[in-house]
Amino acid sequence: MLAGLLDGLFNGISIGAVLLIAALGLAIVFGLMGVINLAHGELMMLGAYTTFVVQNGFKKLGEPWFEFYIFFALIMAFIVAAGVGLILERGVIRHLYGRPLETLLATWGVSLILQQFVRSVNWVLVVGISIFCLLFFGGLWILHRRSDINRIRNWVVAVMLPISLGIAIATSNFLSQTYKLAVTQPWFGAQNLDVSAPKWLRGGLPIGNFQMPYARVFIIALTILCVAAIYVFLQRTPWGLRIRAVTQNRSMSACLGIPTQKVDALTFALGSGLAGVAGCAISFLGSVGPNTGQNYIVDTFMVVVVGGVGKLVGTIFAALAIGTVNYLIGSGTLALLFAPIKPLADFFTFFATTSMAKVMVFALIIAFLQVRPGGIFPQKGRTVDA
Amino acid sequence: MNSTSKAIAEAANASSPASKMLQVSGLNVYYGESHILRDVDLNVPTGEMICLIGRNGVGKTTLLKTIMGLLRPRSGAITFAGKLITAKSPDQRAKLGIGYVPQGREIIPRLTVKENLLLGLEARRNNTYKQEIPDDIFILFPVLKSMLSRMGGDLSGGQQQQLAIARALMGQPQLLVLDEPTEGIQPSIILEIEAAVQRIIASRGISVLLVEQHLHFVRQAHRYYAMQKGGIVASGITSELSNEVIQRFLSV
Repeated sequence: MLAGLLDGLFNGISIGAVLLIAALGLAIVFGLMGVINLAHGELMMLGAYTTFVVQNGFKKLGEPWFEFYIFFALIMAFIVAAGVGLILERGVIRHLYGRPLETLLATWGVSLILQQFVRSVNWVLVVGISIFCLLFFGGLWILHRRSDINRIRNWVVAVMLPISLGIAIATSNFLSQTYKLAVTQPWFGAQNLDVSAPKWLRGGLPIGNFQMPYARVFIIALTILCVAAIYVFLQRTPWGLRIRAVTQNRSMSACLGIPTQKVDALTFALGSGLAGVAGCAISFLGSVGPNTGQNYIVDTFMVVVVGGVGKLVGTIFAALAIGTVNYLIGSGTLALLFAPIKPLADFFTFFATTSMAKVMVFALIIAFLQVRPGGIFPQKGRTVDA
Repeated sequence: MNSTSKAIAEAANASSPASKMLQVSGLNVYYGESHILRDVDLNVPTGEMICLIGRNGVGKTTLLKTIMGLLRPRSGAITFAGKLITAKSPDQRAKLGIGYVPQGREIIPRLTVKENLLLGLEARRNNTYKQEIPDDIFILFPVLKSMLSRMGGDLSGGQQQQLAIARALMGQPQLLVLDEPTEGIQPSIILEIEAAVQRIIASRGISVLLVEQHLHFVRQAHRYYAMQKGGIVASGITSELSNEVIQRFLSV
């Protein structure tokens, strides 16, 4: 029974660890810009898909390489998610600054687009989008250096948009008719994918009569590394100082000469990159699909709310607590634990499914927020009112 | 209104030295549809201290915020050191050499005093990011030296004001913009702050644009501009600032 509890705790903590990496990014972005990014889950999903692609690439390279694809996958997941995050910030969120409802809707829309994108992405789509971007944004960039751009801007866009779109669609059509299935087949499709861990991550560390799976140990270690790296980045580097300053007082920071737009872009990219790393980690916990992000985003938001905004310690505690409680209830460990006491055991058995566990965690969180509305570690002192 | 303020501005121009650090002309600023600043003209010559006086709510802070770039004027031009900066963002203006000490100090609360000071370095153009604070800051404001590791938000009002001025000086500005630096501060600290500002002007040769209600401080400026209902209504040399003008524009 003790082994069961330990096993439950360990698995819960490893899920909490994934939540923590994702929630860190979300918390930093929310703290800095007040932006609630509903596409955060999809950035995780992109990280997971990146891992899948990297894994396939390394499989082709053969045995000694395949053992270490994870490290490359982590870096790539970070870069891909950070890149998409950067485009999202520059292209969408920047224009909606100070309008939380519109931001919420827009990021939700982006999350739907990204989900469908991974379902239907194929060579035709990629080539089409690349051609469009190259023609349209490339053209704008070239014209941007002309001094009279502001006068002719609307006119230029009105001409360039249909031309670029037309050329892109025509090329895509031509490609799909010439090469047929070779280019129109989706890369991933709608089904779930499985990432297979390298040999050294399979199996587990035996302790007594239960095993600590290496994959989960790896995830916990990765989380500790990420938290430490973020802490050092925020507390010890010039950009960290800038981020903290802008988070607390945006207009004064600008008056001091801090380029707030750059800080926003960098922070958003960083938060998105962390989501990518989290996505890489979830790919070791189970199969990943286009909806993977959705499963995690609600939990991630709960972590941010329970932890208290702007407090990394709170985020850490909340992530571990929510991950563990969720798993302990959902897996039926608690029901097993209380087996001798019949009514309690029945009560926990009733909640021992994934969805019912979530109901219970929600109820607990609501009760908790009644007692401490500011989260685990609310801001204290003179500065609260300021 | 327009013609009188123009005439006053021209008179001020005629008697001032040729080199102008800051030149504001024909500035109109709105909050939504309410007209706050009306055709404001103002000059700050190099190396001089200019004081802006007027009662509460006449638009002094709005003018400073517009100079800093926090508010966008609907019309008018702001020229700093010969460059037109009307379209520039606050951080670009800070980098050009405008140091801003806002009303209410705006110390970043959850950063230490040292980190607050280091943020001042952001405004330097050749930012090498040396993590150290020059000694002359502590000569001006000795009280800060013992507080480097405390949180900015935990300091008293007077200490925060000194920190805010020190932070602005860290960027080596050519123009220091001070918004009511003596507001809500005990008299002995007011004298310290006044002395510090005087020493800064003398040693660094920078210009200062000051908004102030405290008469003793106002009298130390070279020239004054008086504001009423969003426009400049009087200006001149402070030594000629008569009691009648003070009665009209300062006393409530």
